[in-house]
Amino acid sequence: MNRYAPPNLSLRWIPVWRRNALVWQRLAIPSILGNLADPLIMLFGLGYGLGAMIGNFQGTTYFAWLAAGFVATSSMYAATFESLYSAFSRMHVQRTWDAIVNAPVTLDDVLAGEYAWAATKSLAAGGCMLIVVSLFGYAKFPWVFAALPVIVLIGLAFAALGLAINALAHGYDFFSYYMTLVLTPMMMLSGVFFPVDRMPEVVQLGAKALPLYHGVAIIRPLLAGEIAPGAWVHVAVLALYAVAGFYLATVLTRRRLLK
Amino acid sequence: MNVLSAKGLRKSYDDNEVVRGVDLEVAKGECFGLLGPNGAGKTTTLRLCLGLTEPGAGEIELLGEPVPARAREARAKVGVVPQFDNLDPDFTVTENLLVYSRYFGLPAHAIQARIPGLLEFAGLSGRGDSRINTLSGGMKRRLTLARALVNDPQLLFMDEPTTGLDPQARHLIWERLRRLAQEGKTLVLTTHFMEEAERLCNRLAIMDKGLIIAQGSPRALVAEHIEPQVVEVHGAGHEAWAEKARSLCPRVEFAGDTVFCYATDVKPILESLAGQSELLYMHRAASLEDVFLKLTGRDLRD
Repeated sequence: MNRYAPPNLSLRWIPVWRRNALVWQRLAIPSILGNLADPLIMLFGLGYGLGAMIGNFQGTTYFAWLAAGFVATSSMYAATFESLYSAFSRMHVQRTWDAIVNAPVTLDDVLAGEYAWAATKSLAAGGCMLIVVSLFGYAKFPWVFAALPVIVLIGLAFAALGLAINALAHGYDFFSYYMTLVLTPMMMLSGVFFPVDRMPEVVQLGAKALPLYHGVAIIRPLLAGEIAPGAWVHVAVLALYAVAGFYLATVLTRRRLLK
Repeated sequence: MNVLSAKGLRKSYDDNEVVRGVDLEVAKGECFGLLGPNGAGKTTTLRLCLGLTEPGAGEIELLGEPVPARAREARAKVGVVPQFDNLDPDFTVTENLLVYSRYFGLPAHAIQARIPGLLEFAGLSGRGDSRINTLSGGMKRRLTLARALVNDPQLLFMDEPTTGLDPQARHLIWERLRRLAQEGKTLVLTTHFMEEAERLCNRLAIMDKGLIIAQGSPRALVAEHIEPQVVEVHGAGHEAWAEKARSLCPRVEFAGDTVFCYATDVKPILESLAGQSELLYMHRAASLEDVFLKLTGRDLRD
């Protein structure tokens, strides 16, 4: 098999997804609370604290504006944690992947299962944020439901990137570079905390290449009951990250494990 | 009928060729052992046979399926016991079997019916709800063996199935493997325990530096490659005595502070030792270990 061949997939990715889901079932409540705590603390601190100083912002409250950004951000982080730390444990520490590929499951199936699973975690985290935002009355029905597939797409994009990074890692320490040097700046540049058009034009161009920017750009209008102008472009960029990233993750993981 | 055949297998990592032209034939119902020092290429050969890595050259057929082209179909009929335990620590004993069976596409009711039998086989009846980290090393190995049987495979690959186990645990694994052999399953195992190879395998291949250097039944290998009697001698003055021994037996080997004399007739050697009270000696029949050391050398393999 050529290492650069497209992923050779079968429905055997489903038992891999189910394996992860079975582990998660027992830890679901603490896991969801853990996923929610961090963004909620930030949202309340900044949304109310900073929001009080800012006052009316872009036609709404700063809290509502920020909340939409945090729906996208928590989806990004949920998929990232799952595809970095958790996938690395299963791949390298527990050798769970080694056990699975001895069965009639290919490495590509395993990756697809992990990819789908990380997106599922994204959906859980982003969905919980949506519920909180809705409870505060900052989401318009039924538009809020349209945000769910967008959350899944954000999850797939970041799961793909995470799995590619995972294939290069030799230890958990490696992931902190990605978190600090890639994801944190991305969060600053993607219009989560402040509008992108306040930045110099060159920086704006760079920001528009980032997947999180496109996620925020769709979700924020959706929560306000509108469809973003050029929404299809945002969807297309996210889909490109999801597809190209998964291909990259497949090639890198084959290089690592199918020696 | 051959359940596994490999011809001219080669595999390189960068510039290092670890499998350098291996031919294997394993017949149905056989217990076949791949014996070799660390780094001989045993594990890589198994991975090639399972289609987990692409050969540089050569052909493999496993249970009628060409590998790696149809490795997935072949693996559906095979069980694997890996060298390192990779049971799922997040699950109980029963869940490990259940989750693993899903990778074979087995329906839940089929595996539920098989689980009590598999637990009995693993000696883990009544431990179905135990967590993996509460099991001993021997229990984990037996569960790994039971897990390899979830799909009722025709052929079982085992990579060093008893490494790291105490003698009691090892004997229990051997007993289970013999039971599987009696049921007609084909077993392929790698090992560097001569005792294991001698007790379990009908046929062995000794592998070193990526090549198979000898093949046959344990008894035939001993008969073919080595003199039947051995005298091991050590103690003060053994070197001086060894010079004399060279004329008394066809082959003399040194390892550390011990002299090994291999011969068909050891009478002259024993007579020569009779007068040497400072020399300690042991006279025994030659074993597979002697063949192994003769063929692969006595140097350390780290």
